[in-house]
Amino acid sequence: MGTATGLYHRSYAEVLALRQTRAEYARLALLGIALAVAPFVLPPVWLRVACQAGIAAIGAIGLNILTGYTGQISLGQGGFLAVGAYTSAIVVTRMDLPTPVGIVAGIALAALVGAFFGLPALRLKGLYLAIATLASQEIVLWVVRNWSAVTGGASSLLVPAPRVLGFPLRSDFAWYWVIVACGAAAALAATNLFRTGIGRAFVAIRDQDIAAQAIGVDIVRYKVLAFAVSSGFVGLAGALTAHYTRTVQWEQFTLDVSVLYVAMIIVGGLGSVAGSIYGAVFMLVLPAGIQQLGTALRDDFPIITEKLPALQHAAFGLVIMLFLIFEPRGLARCWQRVKDYARLWPFRY
Amino acid sequence: MAELIQLSINGLANGSILALAALGFVIIYKATGVINFAQGQFLAIGAYLVYTGVQVFHLPWPLAILLAMAAGVVIGVSVERFVLRPLVGEQAVAVIMVTIGLAAFLQAVVQLIWGTTPLEFPRFIPAGTITLAGATVPVDRLVAIAVAAVLLTAFSWFFRRSRSGIAMRAVADDQQAALVMGISVRRVFALSWALAAVSAVAGGALVANILGVSGDLAAFGLVVFPVVILGGLDSISGTIVGGAVIGLLMTFTARYVGGGLQTVVPFVVVVLVLLTKPYGLFGQARIERV
Repeated sequence: MGTATGLYHRSYAEVLALRQTRAEYARLALLGIALAVAPFVLPPVWLRVACQAGIAAIGAIGLNILTGYTGQISLGQGGFLAVGAYTSAIVVTRMDLPTPVGIVAGIALAALVGAFFGLPALRLKGLYLAIATLASQEIVLWVVRNWSAVTGGASSLLVPAPRVLGFPLRSDFAWYWVIVACGAAAALAATNLFRTGIGRAFVAIRDQDIAAQAIGVDIVRYKVLAFAVSSGFVGLAGALTAHYTRTVQWEQFTLDVSVLYVAMIIVGGLGSVAGSIYGAVFMLVLPAGIQQLGTALRDDFPIITEKLPALQHAAFGLVIMLFLIFEPRGLARCWQRVKDYARLWPFRY
Repeated sequence: MAELIQLSINGLANGSILALAALGFVIIYKATGVINFAQGQFLAIGAYLVYTGVQVFHLPWPLAILLAMAAGVVIGVSVERFVLRPLVGEQAVAVIMVTIGLAAFLQAVVQLIWGTTPLEFPRFIPAGTITLAGATVPVDRLVAIAVAAVLLTAFSWFFRRSRSGIAMRAVADDQQAALVMGISVRRVFALSWALAAVSAVAGGALVANILGVSGDLAAFGLVVFPVVILGGLDSISGTIVGGAVIGLLMTFTARYVGGGLQTVVPFVVVVLVLLTKPYGLFGQARIERV
């Protein structure tokens, strides 16, 4: 492997390149092949999980931009998801516009609402900001529940299946490709964001906001921008959820969902785009896996069926705690260690 | 006029329950700087423990409450030892999320042990009503106000005067300086979690007496935020004022505005308070330096 003695860059372009070694290109190719083959081999249940995980990954990348890279804690993702989902659904059903227009509108409005609820971040940080975003979540959901004329209130909003080239997009198989394409675009956009000055300003604010201000980072602008960009990604995830599930209901966007998203980026790894994806996949595969296991064991242990939701919940809480205690930098760090081990083998370091 | 008194007493009763729920929250934040999202679950566990003592083991209820408090102390101290201590010095998001994970875990454990159906709580406070200035007031609400007042006063005295309370305040102020003065920071942390658990058992029993036992008690963990933000995260007297204001606000909104607005008004208050006076009415402002 070419990396064993280190990397020798000869130009700035090489330093900034996304992939630098042949091994990295090989892994990317393998990932591409795996993604392309997956829908043909996965059983229907897991294909559905894959679609959900892909949508969640987009939202998790958005949240990671805000929390992992900019250091602003948000417990309000559910609210921003709701904004994206409802906007897109309403634009498509009430105004009869094509689905892509709805999705773009969802992204735009989610970014706007996100920027607005990011305003408290100008004065608050840490715990206080977490509580402020928690409040924003409750307020957004209350508006959704009570503004029946527009959102349908407590009842759900039905969305028609979008049409691609005249064919309705309905099956998980078809959706898989759309979601993978959106996910790849989101991952690329987020990775590139952190190769620019804006991304570096975000990281500076996370590391020490007062120091960042002292060296000329416009904190007001970049904090609001971080909220807007992050909520834009989350809005995309929300809009995709709306069209994928074809129903929008306020129960899809409760505080539990916000917590789930924070759990994803913690399990995956704060401040890592790839980590957001690992985390999203992990947090969706975990309950589905327990579900499958429970179904398999149903005949031997009949009691397990009724205890299943509680077991899923317990596993969820336990995973968060164990990761924070034993691997606070998440799956991204675990994977990094595996790669280091392979690269340095047979030496330890 | 009678209606006004009626509403005020209902509001104050709700507020005193909120203040009790907020108390454990404030104790933990005051001493250890941790926001405990699992406080609602502590409340529910406290109520379930008292329920089990009385209904399953047929203990007299004072004994059941004492035993539940002892069990609560064990739970609180082990949570501090095994969950929070490894995270000392980690960033805020890690500490917040670990208590959220804890909340999910405890909620699931409660479901696994006691199921999800609400249970009838053995009433230890008489149910009747009395007439006060033309308004009918349930006795249990008055008792709730009284118990909350006694407990909150006791805890403020504890923090102001007792040796351990002063040690806790010292640790909250500056951990290193407290260590240098010979205070065991570990013991203070354990003590604060134990006290929070005790207050949660008291609060849980009281709330369950009015509302019955179910996992829904944990929802109180969320309504607590407006109370503590308004009163100041590290102020016991703040919880009294915050609890009263939020309780009254919710009751009056429900009566005079309606439309489910009472559930969102507390959170609007949170945003307004955070935007204008982030440390609340009685909280201590902290200055950050690079």
